Amino acid sequence: MTSIIEAGPAVTAGPAPTPTTSTEGPTVTDSSTRRRRANWRKRLQIAGFAGPALIVYLTFVLLPVLLAAYYSFFNWNGLGPMDRFIGFDNYARVLTDAKFHQAVGNTFFVLILSLLIQGPLAISIALLFNRKMYLRSALRLLIFVPYVLSEITAGLAWSLILQPDGALAGYLDDLGLSDLKALWLADTDVVMWTMFGILTWKYLGFAIILMLAGLQGVPEELSEAAALDGASWWQVQRHVTLPLLGPTIRIWAFLSIIGSLQLFDMVWITTGGGPANASATMATYMVQFGLNRTQVGFGSAVAVVIFVISLAVALLYQRFALRRDLAGALTSRKAGS
Amino acid sequence: MKNHSRMSRAAALLATSALAFAAVTGCAPAAEEPQGDVTITWWHNGTGEPLLGFWQQVAKEFEDKNPGVKVDVQAFQNEELQRTLIPNALRSGDAPDVFQQWGAGELAAQVKAGYVKDISADVAAELELVGGTAAPWQVDGKTYGLPFSFGIEGFWYNKDLFAKAGIASVPSTLDELYAAIDKLKAAGITPIAVGAKDKWPAAHYWYNFALKSCSPQILSNAQANLVFDDPCFIKAGELLQQFIDSEPFNEGYLGTSAQQGAGSSAGQLATGKAAMELMGHWNPGTMGGILQEETGDANATPPSFLGWFNFPGIPGSAGDPTAALGGGDGFSVSADAPKEAVELLKYIASVDVQTRFGEVGAGIPVSKGSEVSITDPNLRQVLEGLQASTYVQLWLDTAYGPVVGGAMNDGIVALFAGQATPQDIVQGMKDAAATL
Repeated sequence: MTSIIEAGPAVTAGPAPTPTTSTEGPTVTDSSTRRRRANWRKRLQIAGFAGPALIVYLTFVLLPVLLAAYYSFFNWNGLGPMDRFIGFDNYARVLTDAKFHQAVGNTFFVLILSLLIQGPLAISIALLFNRKMYLRSALRLLIFVPYVLSEITAGLAWSLILQPDGALAGYLDDLGLSDLKALWLADTDVVMWTMFGILTWKYLGFAIILMLAGLQGVPEELSEAAALDGASWWQVQRHVTLPLLGPTIRIWAFLSIIGSLQLFDMVWITTGGGPANASATMATYMVQFGLNRTQVGFGSAVAVVIFVISLAVALLYQRFALRRDLAGALTSRKAGS
Repeated sequence: MKNHSRMSRAAALLATSALAFAAVTGCAPAAEEPQGDVTITWWHNGTGEPLLGFWQQVAKEFEDKNPGVKVDVQAFQNEELQRTLIPNALRSGDAPDVFQQWGAGELAAQVKAGYVKDISADVAAELELVGGTAAPWQVDGKTYGLPFSFGIEGFWYNKDLFAKAGIASVPSTLDELYAAIDKLKAAGITPIAVGAKDKWPAAHYWYNFALKSCSPQILSNAQANLVFDDPCFIKAGELLQQFIDSEPFNEGYLGTSAQQGAGSSAGQLATGKAAMELMGHWNPGTMGGILQEETGDANATPPSFLGWFNFPGIPGSAGDPTAALGGGDGFSVSADAPKEAVELLKYIASVDVQTRFGEVGAGIPVSKGSEVSITDPNLRQVLEGLQASTYVQLWLDTAYGPVVGGAMNDGIVALFAGQATPQDIVQGMKDAAATL
C-alpha cells in the first residue's frame, strides 16, 4: 500500500520561538553564548529524535509515492527500460474503467456501512459492558478475540465456513432454516454483504475496546449529578456520556475510514476480488491489474488515483470532523486553550 | 560537566539512530562468499513433495559432480514466485541464476528486456531430447530455457461414480459428454467440479472450445500477433455458454478454489463428491496432497477410482480433432549467470534425472527415453494423448501473456457468472492487446 495516511499528530518544528530575543541587549554577554550553545544543542536533539523517522519516512513513504507518480506516465511492464512515455493515458484508462468504478463503489460501500452500522453497534455494546454485570471481563475478552486473529487465519476460516456445504450451511439446515442459505461468497449480489459481515465480526471488537476506553474518561460525577437531577439512564447516556465520548467516536471513525480505504487482505483471501470482480476493492484492483497483469505503469496510475481519493477523504474528515480534537496538535497552542 | 554529558547523550542518540537506519535499509555488510567457488542460486515452485525433495537431491548430485560449485536451491509459492519475486529479482539486477520459467508471453517480455541468457548453442543436444515441447521456451527461434515436464489436459473422472450412473464408456464427443452429464445428474451426482474462484480452471473450458473451433493456423497467428478477429473465438464462447446452460457444475463454483482443501474442485473429485474435473496432468499429485492433509496420512495416494479422458471432439468443427491443450514447466538461466548454471540446466534435462523425475511421480518428463519411468496408468494415458496429438496448443493465458491472458480469463469468468457475452470476452482481449 502506498497510500497510508497517518492520523497521528503532526510534528511541528519544536517549541515556539522563545520570547527572549527582545531582552537581548547590545552587550554580548556570557549568557548569550551559552544560549547559542543551548540552541545548537536543541537543534541536535531535534535532529537526533526526528532525523531517523524523517529519513525512513522520506525513503519509504514519500519517495515511493513520487516514484509511483513518475511511473504512472509510462507504459511499462516492470521489466527493462522505462522508455514509452504515454502522458495521461493510464489515468484515462483507470478513470473510465467500469471495473475500477465498481471497486471504488465497493470500497465506499464498506466505508459507509462501517460508519453507519459498526459505529452505533460498538457504542451500544460498549455502554452495555460499561455497566457492572456478571462475566463482564469474559465477555469483553470474547468480543475482542476476532481482532487478535491474523487476517489470513480469519479469512481462511471464513472461506471454509461459508462454502456451500460448509459449517454455516450445516447449522442453518439443523435449525430448519435452509431457506436462508445463500452462496455467500459465490453470488455476485450477496458477496459484498458477506464481506461486510466478516469485517464487522473482525473489527467490532476493536471499536468496542476503543469506546470502552473513551467511556473510562467520562467522569462518573457527571452521570451521578444528572441522575440526581432526575435524568433517566437513557437521558444520561444521550446528553452526558455520548457528547463526552465524541473525541473517541471521531478518532474511531477516522481509523475505520482508513481501514476501509485500504481494505485488501480479507477480500484477497476469501474471494480474490471475485466472483467476476463483484467484491473487488480499490486495493485489490490495483494488485490485480497492476502487479498480476505486469502493467506496472498502469498500476502506479491506479495507486496515485487511490492516493488522491484517500487524501481527499482524510483532509475532508480532518477539516470537518477532527478539527476540534486536533486543535492543539495541528495549530498553535493558543487555539487549543 | 552537565553540558558534556548531554552532548555525549546526543551523540549516542545519533549513533544509535544511524545504526537503526543502517539496519532498516539493510546496508549492513553481507557475509563474504568463500573465495574461488561458484554458487548457483536456483528458484523453483516445488514447495510440496515429492518435487521439493527431488530438486534438493538433484542440487546435491550436481554439487558432488562439480567440485567447487555450490547450489543454493530454494522453493517459493507459485504465484508469489511468478508475479513478484522473479520480476523484482530480474529488475534489481540480482536475479537467481536458474529460475522457474512458464514460457511464451512472459518469457518474451523478459527476453526483450535482456534478462535471460540465450542458450541455443549450449543445449543443442538437449533440444534433440526434448523435441517439440521446447517451443514455449523459445523466442524468435532462439532457446531461452528448457522444460522438465510437459503434459496435456483432459477430464479426470471417478470410474465408480460413472459406473453408478450407468455410463458405459467415456465420452468421445461433446454430445456423449452431455449425455453423461444428464445421467450423472439423474443419479444425484454432481457431474463436474470447477474452481472458478481461481479463474483459470474455468477459463480452460473456453480454451478447449476455442481449440475445437479454431484451426491451428488461426491459433498460431493469434498467439504470435494477438489477433482475435476470427469468428471462431466468438463460437468458442457460444459453445461454452451452451455448456454452462446445461448446469454441469458444482454448487457455488464461482467461489470454489481449484486446489485448496476438500472443498476445492480437486478436493471434491478426490473425495467422491463430484464425478469429473477438467485439469492438467498434475492433478493426481494435487489430489494426493489434499488427501494427505485431510486424512493426516502422509502416505495417502491419489484415489484408485481415477480415470482420464481427453476433452471430447466436436464433429464437423474447424478445429483439428487431434489437437490438445497443454503446458509444462521449465527453467531459464539469467543473462549474467555463470556457465555452471547452464550445466545445471542440462543436468536437469538429462535422461537420468528425467527418468527419476517420472519415477517419483512428480509429473510427466520430457526427455526422450525417460517416459518409460511413468508407471501410473492415467499418466501413461496423458502421455499417449500427447504423443498422438498433431498440434499441442500451450495454455492460452500463458501463450498470450499476462495482459491479454488476464483479460481473457476475466471475461470468461464473467460469462460463467452470467455477466458477459461471448462477444465481450473477445472484445476484452482486443482492448487488453491495445494497451500493450
